[in-house]
Amino acid sequence: MRFLFRPPADEATALLTLPWEQPLEEWDPDLLLHVPQRGISRHVVRFVAAEGSVFALKEIAEPLARKEYALLGEFAEEGLPAVSVLGICVDRPGGQEALLVTRYLEYSMSYRHLFSSPRSQHSTSQLLDTMVVLLVRLHLAGVFWGDCSLSNTLFRPDADGLTAYLVDAETVERRPVLSAGMRRHDVDLARERVGAELLDLQFGELLSPDVDPITVADALPGRYEALWDAVTREEVFRRDEQRYRVAERLAWINELGFDAGEVELVHTPEGARLRVQTRVAEPGQHRRELFRLTGLEVQENQARRLLNDLRSYRAWLEQEGGRPVPETVAGHRWMAEVYLPVVQAVPRHLAGRLAPAQLFHEVLEHRWFLSEQAGRDVGTTAALESYLSSELPRLPADMTTPAVLAGGADGAPDR
Amino acid sequence: MASIEMKNIVKKYGDGFPAVNDVSLDIADGEFMILVGPSGCGKSTLLRMIVGLEDITSGDMVIGGTRVNDKAPRDRNLSMVFQNYALYPHMSVYENIAFPLRLSKTPDDQVDRLVKEAADVLELHEHLDRKPANLSGGQRQRVAMGRAIVRQAEAFLFDEPLSNLDAKLRGQMRTEIARLQRRLGITTVYVTHDQTEAMTLGDRVCVLRKGSIQQVASPRELYEQPVNLFVAGFIGSPPMNFLPATVQGSTLQTPFGPIELDERRAAAVAGRDLLLVGIRPEYFEDASLVDEAKKHVGTTFTAKVDVTEWLGDQQYAYIPYEAPDQIRTRLRDLSKELDSEELRTQAIVSIDSTSRIREGREAEFWLDTRKVHVFDPETGENLTRDAEAGAELTRMAVEDREEQVAEASGGLTGDRSSGAA
Repeated sequence: MRFLFRPPADEATALLTLPWEQPLEEWDPDLLLHVPQRGISRHVVRFVAAEGSVFALKEIAEPLARKEYALLGEFAEEGLPAVSVLGICVDRPGGQEALLVTRYLEYSMSYRHLFSSPRSQHSTSQLLDTMVVLLVRLHLAGVFWGDCSLSNTLFRPDADGLTAYLVDAETVERRPVLSAGMRRHDVDLARERVGAELLDLQFGELLSPDVDPITVADALPGRYEALWDAVTREEVFRRDEQRYRVAERLAWINELGFDAGEVELVHTPEGARLRVQTRVAEPGQHRRELFRLTGLEVQENQARRLLNDLRSYRAWLEQEGGRPVPETVAGHRWMAEVYLPVVQAVPRHLAGRLAPAQLFHEVLEHRWFLSEQAGRDVGTTAALESYLSSELPRLPADMTTPAVLAGGADGAPDR
Repeated sequence: MASIEMKNIVKKYGDGFPAVNDVSLDIADGEFMILVGPSGCGKSTLLRMIVGLEDITSGDMVIGGTRVNDKAPRDRNLSMVFQNYALYPHMSVYENIAFPLRLSKTPDDQVDRLVKEAADVLELHEHLDRKPANLSGGQRQRVAMGRAIVRQAEAFLFDEPLSNLDAKLRGQMRTEIARLQRRLGITTVYVTHDQTEAMTLGDRVCVLRKGSIQQVASPRELYEQPVNLFVAGFIGSPPMNFLPATVQGSTLQTPFGPIELDERRAAAVAGRDLLLVGIRPEYFEDASLVDEAKKHVGTTFTAKVDVTEWLGDQQYAYIPYEAPDQIRTRLRDLSKELDSEELRTQAIVSIDSTSRIREGREAEFWLDTRKVHVFDPETGENLTRDAEAGAELTRMAVEDREEQVAEASGGLTGDRSSGAA
């Protein structure tokens, strides 16, 4: 048997004692972690926990495993939203298929959860848009997915929105640039699969009655085309307009959740022609800033929210002390005095239902809501108490992230 | 259903390299066409141009009489089979087949008719009310085929569908696909790198090399009348043996002794210098087991056997031979091009499984010389190909197919109104 993994992968060594030589279906259930059904897979998939982290194991033909391993590694380097791969095990005895090991995406939700809970805070429309953003991002990077479906996508709450991640790269093909035909075909496949998956939920009486599978599926191609056009279209305008038109376009691209990589402006007889190369990586400006100040790793929208809170805390500190406070000092104090007291206040039985940064965001939202009702600022402490007693317990227990279930990371670090 | 015509199709990528170079190919309505060749030959690119995934640099792609170069994949109404074989657990087998129609809002009575027709062809009728979890591996694959059938596509396309299946399921699926295609009589294009799949499935096989068509013919014609060294070496397992030869009158001098050519073949090679003679493994036999009455159609020679392989129903002997450097280099290049480890300067000969020929000893072999071909080592051209005999083999295959398609269309229009009522 052979194990292939890329350092750093300290966790990999903890997995080496598993019975890799046995078919995955025959593994002792005591070694496995039960994770609620995530979607439909053609392969045998199991979950294990080691040293506080959770891994997904998939049995798959060796050439496909090698391909998927390489691709997921590339995606990680380029900052594409995809699950992170740990490694593969090949040359298993008796001509068995290879095993691909990926890191479980903590705090993620499957479509089953999102579409079947009637009081989900995320609208179907928002889910669809999140998926379309993922598809456009992949297509910009020259990735033909070939199997874009809800089963192969995981959703993670990110402040008020969601971020979608690619889970399965088995059918992916990579090109320097995708042809229009490949993009359209990918969208057609996505439309059909999303429709079928929702119909399946409907047959299983798991679909919220206000969702119509066919309407949802049919909306996907149009939304995709609109977003693709918005981030890739070339524009021609008069030269005297160019200043505000460029700024307007860039702001619009940011609004859509993308970053501009390079802007090319060509002066032609018809006017100025603007071509924007949209970056494929997830936007990360706020993430990097928050990490620098606090060492926290969270998602982009969460980071924006946390940074806002940090900045207002710094202003308050300066006002109280009557002198300037360096931002790094403010960062440390905000962590110790604001952020950690909130995320550490979660009682054990409610731990793991929301990522700490998401919980913090929810508490801030709750504070805003209570303050508006009361007509005055109720403060974070009161908001936290109210949130923990009335709101958090309403989130279903099956949302608890596996790492917390596995007893590893208590109030697991954001990653 | 429709015919597919390709006229002077070229595909060039950014670097100007032609991945597909001037391919013209007509696929008849109802025909099962295989695109085969080693990696990099352009077969997948060609399929993708049919589907609409790759832009066509120049040439015309015509499906059912309509030029489709600028049509989106969806508007070409083709079905990539097995591309989606996810089975949905809460839906019955019936709904698992029907859902593409549900998504296109097809009226219920039409859905019912199409699903039941497909289920008949696939012999899934008794399983329609079951949940897919209870199906066998083969039945699951048939549900995927059912989805393709109910779409009523112009053609089925397969892109190496069996390459990731285990050997047993692969064999099973090969049979299923062949049977289904014959029953439905639907135009089918199937890409594979596996010559066994190509030979067993196709009505005609298109052999590609570096983006160009080498030969389009029935499996039998490819096997018996290959146009060149490449096709001869690619088709057949174990592969054709190539021996160096010089010509004297109507006689070829080879490491396995002289080979007498008939008048037609002798004329074709007259005046040539160094040649390659191509002999299939089964043209050989253990001389002691050959009927005296038959011996005169071949020649007998003695050679030292390196290794024998006994497989129960058949047996192979490996006989090394000497070859000039020029020929060694040529054969090595050919091997590399065919992604093959074989074709070294040793002959693989098939002998009767009862033969007692031993490893490491001299043995007497007989060689049937009637069907050997002679190739130009430089150009690779088959100098002794009998084009007429080859065309006759393909003509016979085409007739067989036409008969089957006629039967299939007769069978399928049979009214299922009892089921739909």
